[in-house]
Amino acid sequence: MTAVLQAAGLGKRYRRQWALADCTLEVPGGYVTGLVGPNGAGKTTLLHLAVGLLEPTAGTITVLGGAAAAGPAQLARVGFVAQDTPVYVHLSVAEHLRLGARLNPGWDAALASARIDQLGLDPAKRAGKLSGGQRAQLALTLALAKRPELLILDEPVASLDPLARREFLQHLMEATAEHGLSVVLSSHVVADLERVCDYLVVLTGAHVQVTGETEDLLAQHHLVTGPRRDPAALPGDWQVITASHTDRQSTLVIRTAGPVLDPAWTVSPLSLEDLVLAYLSQAASPARDRALLRLGA
Amino acid sequence: MNRGFMIEFRLDIRSGVAPYLQLVQQVRQALRLGLLRHGDQLPTVKEVVAMVAINPNTVLKAYRELEREGLVSARPGVGTFVTSSLAPVSPAAHGPLRQDLRRWLAKARRAGLDDDSIEALFQATFRAASQQDIA
Amino acid sequence: MLWLSWRQFRAQALVGAAVLAVAAVALGLAGASLAHLYAVAGVPGCQAAGGCARALRLFSASTDGAASVHVLELAATAMSVVPGLVGVFWGAPLVARELETGTHRLAWTQSVTRARWLAVKLVLVGLAGVVLTGLLSLMVTAWSSPLNQLNLDRFAYGPFGEQGIVPAGYAAFGFVLGVTAGLLIRRTLPAMAATLLVFTAIRMGFTYGARRLLMAPLRVTGPLNLQNLGLAISNHHKLTLYASGGHRGAWIYSVQVLTPAGRPYVSGPAPRSCTGGDFRTCLQAISQLHLRQIVTFQPASRFWAFQWYETGLFILAAVALAAACVWWIRRRMN
Repeated sequence: MTAVLQAAGLGKRYRRQWALADCTLEVPGGYVTGLVGPNGAGKTTLLHLAVGLLEPTAGTITVLGGAAAAGPAQLARVGFVAQDTPVYVHLSVAEHLRLGARLNPGWDAALASARIDQLGLDPAKRAGKLSGGQRAQLALTLALAKRPELLILDEPVASLDPLARREFLQHLMEATAEHGLSVVLSSHVVADLERVCDYLVVLTGAHVQVTGETEDLLAQHHLVTGPRRDPAALPGDWQVITASHTDRQSTLVIRTAGPVLDPAWTVSPLSLEDLVLAYLSQAASPARDRALLRLGA
Repeated sequence: MNRGFMIEFRLDIRSGVAPYLQLVQQVRQALRLGLLRHGDQLPTVKEVVAMVAINPNTVLKAYRELEREGLVSARPGVGTFVTSSLAPVSPAAHGPLRQDLRRWLAKARRAGLDDDSIEALFQATFRAASQQDIA
Repeated sequence: MLWLSWRQFRAQALVGAAVLAVAAVALGLAGASLAHLYAVAGVPGCQAAGGCARALRLFSASTDGAASVHVLELAATAMSVVPGLVGVFWGAPLVARELETGTHRLAWTQSVTRARWLAVKLVLVGLAGVVLTGLLSLMVTAWSSPLNQLNLDRFAYGPFGEQGIVPAGYAAFGFVLGVTAGLLIRRTLPAMAATLLVFTAIRMGFTYGARRLLMAPLRVTGPLNLQNLGLAISNHHKLTLYASGGHRGAWIYSVQVLTPAGRPYVSGPAPRSCTGGDFRTCLQAISQLHLRQIVTFQPASRFWAFQWYETGLFILAAVALAAACVWWIRRRMN
């Protein structure tokens, strides 16, 4: 499977702060990839680097085999929906479609108008008068109708109510199924990603913590409880993500390829949210802890 | 092609069961209840994800699994169709099963398990057994 | 991209068109009225008829307090502001508003590069600004031309920038300056303020500092010109002279008054007829002093050369700054 996104040592610094550091990953094509992490972890930075809105301070990023936003041809292959779905408030829905048609050589006008009809949007209505959910759908239409190979969405449903959120994801998945898109979407709400993403990148504190197919990650991570054990006494093929001990009991989140056979350990299922939280607490140093708490992680 | 019954899928994230398995189970359930019959067409991948907002690959995986079990058959360009039916569990079969269950519950109570422990034990065993069925 | 640039610019363009329409009507009427007064006073063809002095006096009297003159003078003053307004209202928001509202994240992820996006907007709106200012300036200049016969001050600091073609050059530069401010500051209101300040400073700096350097002035020595001579007599009967130098319609840099021997005349004893006498006899007495003058000036005939040079410089600066903006948005943003 060819990679749609490749980063090698990618980093971005603002003044003295690294918003993203030492990021190396390969996002495979044909998947819906979720970029998950708390606010301020660097998700938007990574996505903006991928679409060429930012220039890297360090390292490289390759999108669909080319440099990010390297030219009109490259720009045409990637669709982007930015956070808070910016639209031109004084332009009508129809004028936004016209914008898409004029600025994209690969524009599929039939698809665009079919979607607008299906969504029940009034073409003459000004974009500023649309609800949050409708604006998000309009932004998605614009990104889809340019017929990209890769669709990137930055927190597309963060500010939507549950119904709008569900509808957005339904439409997104429908389009993914229909056009065979590769999708990369970021969110800090893990529950949304769990149903929709089959590949995950966990980002906390400006660093990539873990990547992999959702199914594999969930199969390999376990919450185990058992009698108090010394860290040195744990099986060698266990990667301990978090550990907490009382004087009688140890509770660990571990990653291991094989099954947990030792009957002394009680294995509990781990939801995706628990998994992300585990990596969050692993990654957090005291200073970062406070920073992440402040940012509402 | 006769559409027949349009199965409505649901996804429960918190159930601990893999999404594609949930779809498989729901198809099996519909077959058992006689809601899906031989020759009925399953909804297309596009229709399912538009309904449930899940990854298309999940649906593909579920349909492949059902095909592997011999329950459905995919016809390229046309759709996925039910090819067999599962023997419905007749109400008659329920009686003995219910009795067995009551006896087991009594046993568990005598062994000292409280309600929560019984439920935990049942869930863990049930899940493990389901996984083994698939493997 | 042309459609998008136009659509986003549409409201501002309509305002500009309305201003142009109102100005055309108002200035047209005023200009026609002025031309009528001009003809009635007999100024056209007065040179062939033998003398213009009387015709011009008649004309001056008839325009005293005339509404048409007020309108045209108001328009001329407004012309000094128009280029700055183009910069502040058309230039500064061009990029700043997109950055402020975040719509650049939509615009720059279509299939058009940022450089092309900016270049098209710069050219479309910039040309519109230049054309608008140029047309307004043309109307003011053309319809005020009779007044130039009276005032003869079009080469002066203020009036020079209000007529001819320089306003169009200022508009081009002001516009690009506004875009630059928007690009660097990224917020509309601060960018507008910065544009206004910097543009005014540059205009002032050029007007009072650099303009005089565009061409070497003429230096003419001759007898003291008594036209428009200003004089002051102190209590000790000391006479100080303020010479205008003559040279109608010229831009006088300086007039140095010299004694007949060639030394600078600062002040001297006032002739008796200047103290409490009639002004004309005073002038006659001063002329008897045989004073001389050195006038450093740009002759009136150079007015249009200066207009073209200054316009050219501002347009060159605008183009260079525009190129820098395109480079900046491509390479250095973020």
